[in-house]
Amino acid sequence: MFNIKSSLKIKDIQRKIAELAWGIGKITIMEVCGTHTVSIRKYGIQQLLPGNVRLVSGPGCPVCVTDKRDITLALSIATQEDVIFTCFGDIMRVPCDGRSLYSLYEEGKDIRIVTSPLDALTIAQDNPKKQIVYFGIGFETTAPLTAALIEAAEARGIQNLSVLSAHKTMPQAIIHLLKDDNTIDALICPGHVASIIGAHAFSFVPEKLMKPAVVAGFEAYDIMIALLGIMKMLHDGERKCMNMYPRAVKPQGNKEALSLLYKVFEPCDALWRGMGKIPSSGLKIREYYKKLDALSKFNININDDKFSINISDEKLKDTKVTSDVMRNGQDETNKCICARILCGKNIPPDCPSFGEACTPANPLGACMVSSEGSCAAYYRYSNLLHGDIG
Amino acid sequence: MNGKITLAQGSGGKAYRELIQKVFLPAFFNEYLRPLTDSAVCDGGERIAFTTDSYVIKPLFFPGGDIGRLCVCGTVNDLAVSGAIPKYISVGMIIEAGFEVKTLVRIANSIAKAAEEAGVIIVTGDTKVVEGGSADGIFINTAGVGVFTKERPPVEQKVKLKDKIIISGYMASHGMAIMAARMDMEFKPPIESDVAPIISLVDSVIKSGCKINAMRDPTRGGVAATLHEWITPDIDIVIYDEALPVRPDVAAACEILGMDPLYIANEGIMLLSIPECCADLALKSLHSTPGGENAAIIGEVINGSGNIYSITEYGTKRRIIVPEGELLPRIC
Amino acid sequence: MCLAVPGKIIKIEDGFAEIDYGGISKRVSLRLVENAKIGDYALVHAGFVIQILNLDVACELEKFIKDTVDFTDEDEK
Ligand code: SF4
Ligand code: SF4
Repeated sequence: MFNIKSSLKIKDIQRKIAELAWGIGKITIMEVCGTHTVSIRKYGIQQLLPGNVRLVSGPGCPVCVTDKRDITLALSIATQEDVIFTCFGDIMRVPCDGRSLYSLYEEGKDIRIVTSPLDALTIAQDNPKKQIVYFGIGFETTAPLTAALIEAAEARGIQNLSVLSAHKTMPQAIIHLLKDDNTIDALICPGHVASIIGAHAFSFVPEKLMKPAVVAGFEAYDIMIALLGIMKMLHDGERKCMNMYPRAVKPQGNKEALSLLYKVFEPCDALWRGMGKIPSSGLKIREYYKKLDALSKFNININDDKFSINISDEKLKDTKVTSDVMRNGQDETNKCICARILCGKNIPPDCPSFGEACTPANPLGACMVSSEGSCAAYYRYSNLLHGDIG
Repeated sequence: MNGKITLAQGSGGKAYRELIQKVFLPAFFNEYLRPLTDSAVCDGGERIAFTTDSYVIKPLFFPGGDIGRLCVCGTVNDLAVSGAIPKYISVGMIIEAGFEVKTLVRIANSIAKAAEEAGVIIVTGDTKVVEGGSADGIFINTAGVGVFTKERPPVEQKVKLKDKIIISGYMASHGMAIMAARMDMEFKPPIESDVAPIISLVDSVIKSGCKINAMRDPTRGGVAATLHEWITPDIDIVIYDEALPVRPDVAAACEILGMDPLYIANEGIMLLSIPECCADLALKSLHSTPGGENAAIIGEVINGSGNIYSITEYGTKRRIIVPEGELLPRIC
Repeated sequence: MCLAVPGKIIKIEDGFAEIDYGGISKRVSLRLVENAKIGDYALVHAGFVIQILNLDVACELEKFIKDTVDFTDEDEK
């Protein structure tokens, strides 16, 4: 396995961070990306930081921010006759009114986990009599992969494949989330999103949100040097966007991937679970590739958070899903504070349901669903021993 | 015998006898089976260990093993970790009509080979055929009997303060082999399951004379699940991340599929809780036994309050939680 | 989001690369990158190379960190 070899020791970085943090008061740093959340718990990074530096999780889990409307859409398509529904494993268990793709799979529906969008192409070619639907979830890192699937399907004239896109883009959401914020002191930006869109794409953080930012990788070392960068800026009173993951992130990102992304997709408004509608933060399939768009293949009309679809499942016919409840930060029951956790205003142990009514086996809200959801990550890795809730 | 399994072959009539004569007896034949009566009559001991398990697995054949090898090793290993000497097993099959006879023969031969390797005798069996579509190819149930002797009393299965936790070999290999096969990952080379009888490993530790406070085979739910079965409210179990033995290919697959090896199933290793004073002896005897070369002390039992956590390579702690739900590959 | 794993390109064929992860290798698409070469380290996400890793620049970063933040003090004593 390839690992970054460094002459800098974690212990030394830790000591420097502590020195820089000395005497600058309480610092709250948000990691935007769910994969960072998982790494931070896995390596126990919070335990390496001085007491006045606190890490909170942001909206960085594309599974969890997938709105109930989109999950319901997926469920309605997956229940149709002759459909093979393909998706990543993460989205399988996201609950929506007591059902999930996983529960449909348990009932015997043909739902298949893929580990790459291209798997859907193979499945389509192997099953010419079935309609294969691929559920496109993910930010800028994953969306180009879906674009590559659509491009390849179009080039090969594949008729029995379509894509349900719930893809989202990240910068708009961060702005939306933090534009009036005064609790977050700095941001750790997602290294793998940045490897596509470029480090420059995050310069809006210091410019518009007036907060220092670092683009970071995912090893313990990467996260520690990122935190060092943040502490240095906070210490010196500087506000920049530093690229601390240059081995994978170029200033302008990955042009090839970006041009394919926008060849196939165009920006649209999108619903975010816990945040509501955010203008031009979603990606929809361009008119040219309409034949490969599940929305048009299955005659789905979407009108904001309501949609209608002509399908075989009586129970879901003309399903109307309202997301209003979630706009108030209340999901499923009044006992879930996912929306506030998403915005970094609370941490999972603040939630009365955490670990009690809500566990990874039986999640109430989105944050407990994906293993990188804040609540699930906390549940998995939080260290009760030191009273450390980092 | 060729072709496909038919419902008639489950009927107990002529077709059934033919199946037994042509497929199972050639593979399993032994003195206990010869009479083909209703029950096997075998020697026992004063105390016996008795276990059963059912095997449903997709795919039936996977790198490193198949359902036949698995259904023998799984049951035999459950007996072995109780401290008993595994002796006899039964094999019950539920086969779907339409199943290839060729495949059945392959599975039967694999069962026979694994039983021989484990030193157990197949003393009884049963076959039922169900309509196409009502079983997933084949389901197998095995039950096993092991005997205890004066020198081999049952293991107490209670971890004690200051015990060392020992693992007998690489972990997570079986679960990752199955996941990679099911997901068509096309890794080169394919990841092989560790499915194997662990009897000789158990024997080596017992014969070394060292005391065993607890011994388990960490199958479903992996090492994490076993630790959670061991924990009591007055102790903590601490694991050292850096000491955990994982084969490099399995480690890479875990990373690619977003899995933590602690939660992944094993079928050819055991986890031991050994008093501090005997730990080095146990480790040495494992190291000199084939299959135990990678045994390691991975943790210890300390004073505490029912927590299980690991120490990361950075000296930080992370909680090891109870595994929940089927593990699905992750992409984000 | 976005589990991506680094590995080494050991073979290139028809727009696909064989990536060695140390112990196992796997075929992934090169559709999203230009100029991938055998021997390059690549970042792989869900069956695609999403970036070729630039290791020289990682060393530069380390130098930069060492220059900006003085690491010498207590260590040497
Ligand atoms: S613990 Fe469960 S209920 Fe509470 S915020 Fe998290 S997901 Fe919602
Ligand atoms: S579950 Fe957690 S990671 Fe996912 S969106 Fe909610 S807060 Fe973010």
